Amino acid sequence: MPPVTVETVDHVARLARLSLTAEERETFARQLDQVLAYAESIQALDTTGVEPMSHAAARETFREDVPRPCLPRDAALAAAPDAEDGLFRVPRVLGG
Amino acid sequence: MSDTRPGAVEIARRVAARETSAEAVTREHLDRIAERDAGLEAFLTVTADRALAQAKRVDAALAGGAAPGPLAGVPVAVKDLLDIEGVVTTCGSRMLEGYRPPFTATAVARLEAAGAIVVGKTNMDEFAMGSSTENSAYKVTRNPWDRARVPGGSSGGSAVAVSTGMAALALGTDTGGSIRQPAALCGIVGLKPTYGRVSRYGVVAFASSLDQVGPLGRTVEDVALAARAICGIDTADATSAQVEVPDFRAALAAGAAGLRVGVPWSFLEKGVDAGVMAAFRRALTDLEAAGTRTVEVTLPHAPHAVATYYIVATAEASSNLARFDGVRYGLRVPAADLQGMYGETRDRGFGAEVKRRIILGTFVLSAGYYDAYYLRAQQVRTLIRRDFEGAFRQCEVVAMPTTPTPAFRIGEKTADPLQMYLEDIFTVPANLAGIPGLSLPGGFVDGLPVGIQLLGRPFDEATLLRIGHAYQQRTRHHLQEPPENSDSRG
Repeated sequence: MPPVTVETVDHVARLARLSLTAEERETFARQLDQVLAYAESIQALDTTGVEPMSHAAARETFREDVPRPCLPRDAALAAAPDAEDGLFRVPRVLGG
Repeated sequence: MSDTRPGAVEIARRVAARETSAEAVTREHLDRIAERDAGLEAFLTVTADRALAQAKRVDAALAGGAAPGPLAGVPVAVKDLLDIEGVVTTCGSRMLEGYRPPFTATAVARLEAAGAIVVGKTNMDEFAMGSSTENSAYKVTRNPWDRARVPGGSSGGSAVAVSTGMAALALGTDTGGSIRQPAALCGIVGLKPTYGRVSRYGVVAFASSLDQVGPLGRTVEDVALAARAICGIDTADATSAQVEVPDFRAALAAGAAGLRVGVPWSFLEKGVDAGVMAAFRRALTDLEAAGTRTVEVTLPHAPHAVATYYIVATAEASSNLARFDGVRYGLRVPAADLQGMYGETRDRGFGAEVKRRIILGTFVLSAGYYDAYYLRAQQVRTLIRRDFEGAFRQCEVVAMPTTPTPAFRIGEKTADPLQMYLEDIFTVPANLAGIPGLSLPGGFVDGLPVGIQLLGRPFDEATLLRIGHAYQQRTRHHLQEPPENSDSRG
């Protein structure tokens, strides 16, 4: 693997919707590089034909598919930074 | 058990027998928090009024002739990422400063239904990401055995609350060792149940395929009592398992005789402190005296567990933490447009370790790297699980130290994340495999507690607890109390 650069961190930070300072970008690039170098050890393992394990649940448990009460709208909105007319209010999405 | 720190079993007995009241017990523990928490900083919120109201309800029910709950009047501390309706839940993050959830976690509701009294919410590494509780956005929690040292993490506040008698029991969560490691470093018992044993409803998610709620206490008996109360299927969590929950405390009487304890010696060859290793060997001898037989097992892929864990856990975290976007709850930093608001809110709301893990997790999931890292890690996860399946054909439990070293100094590992991650080498395998783990007080190295860890077959917490109880019948490590005034020894 090529070393992780500040540009890599920039790209990933954009994907993750994180605005980082210049100092954070440099620190994270160096640390990410260290951690990935350590993680290289798993590249050497033979995983041919090994099923990937995405979770450890024995099996999912489903409830009856019947309507039941859910969180009242007021309670769901109570912790919102901004709400109006029963809706979450956000800054402009499109255009300027 | 000294009278200043009665355990959960003893408190519930006294309250049920009306020798004392839930209110009196609650007041004693609230007083103790007021007296002891300054300088230790285990609690983020003390829920005094709510606790006293709850205690009075328990007393009134008993006075009215109701059958006492198994945890009647037992004071419990709750890690600050389990929701309690109307009580601030911060996850140790500025992102959730002042957030009051509109629902209560199933594990907390079940403890309260059993008569337990929640005395407060405990400090933690932000969003449970850390092994020292230094990553809290609010304060640093200190180890009661030496205040210059960390209590472990991420459930550090919960471990300190129990080890100092500010609560008889606590709830934590364990994604890569966050119950067992602080329990070990604070000299108490911590149980990570099997994945699916305890509902995750109302628990703020870190890595959904690894997270599990569990109890911390000073004795195996206390932990068994709490585990019985919180385990079991919950239709609000599709991953909670429909598996019968035994009476764990009743199961303890069966003892440890005839059980085989597997030790992965080759996995323990490198990097373990000599004092920790000596304590571990003594524990095996003590267990043999209780009737167990020690056998050798191998876990060939366990050395890859930390690398695997930090890929899987950060990938899941990067996805789970996408919900903190300044829209529905928590912090919002105003900006001209939506994208700007997301970016500024998340930059200001998250601390360094959380950002680091979001970056790492997003990277391993990103185009071009997914197969080499995330998919590969999921395959190695399968290999690690198979290692345990193989080991459990030769033994009922696998034993190893909980941590490679006793508690490290505050600030010692914060500049080097990889060194901090390596601290988790013995705890992450259980989360990857989805199996239960129990950490027991296993003695002291230079005055600092160290932990002995037992790992079990899926849904066989009972055997871990049986062996743990037999061990505590023969040892006195769990009866040691941290000094009331533990100034740093430097």
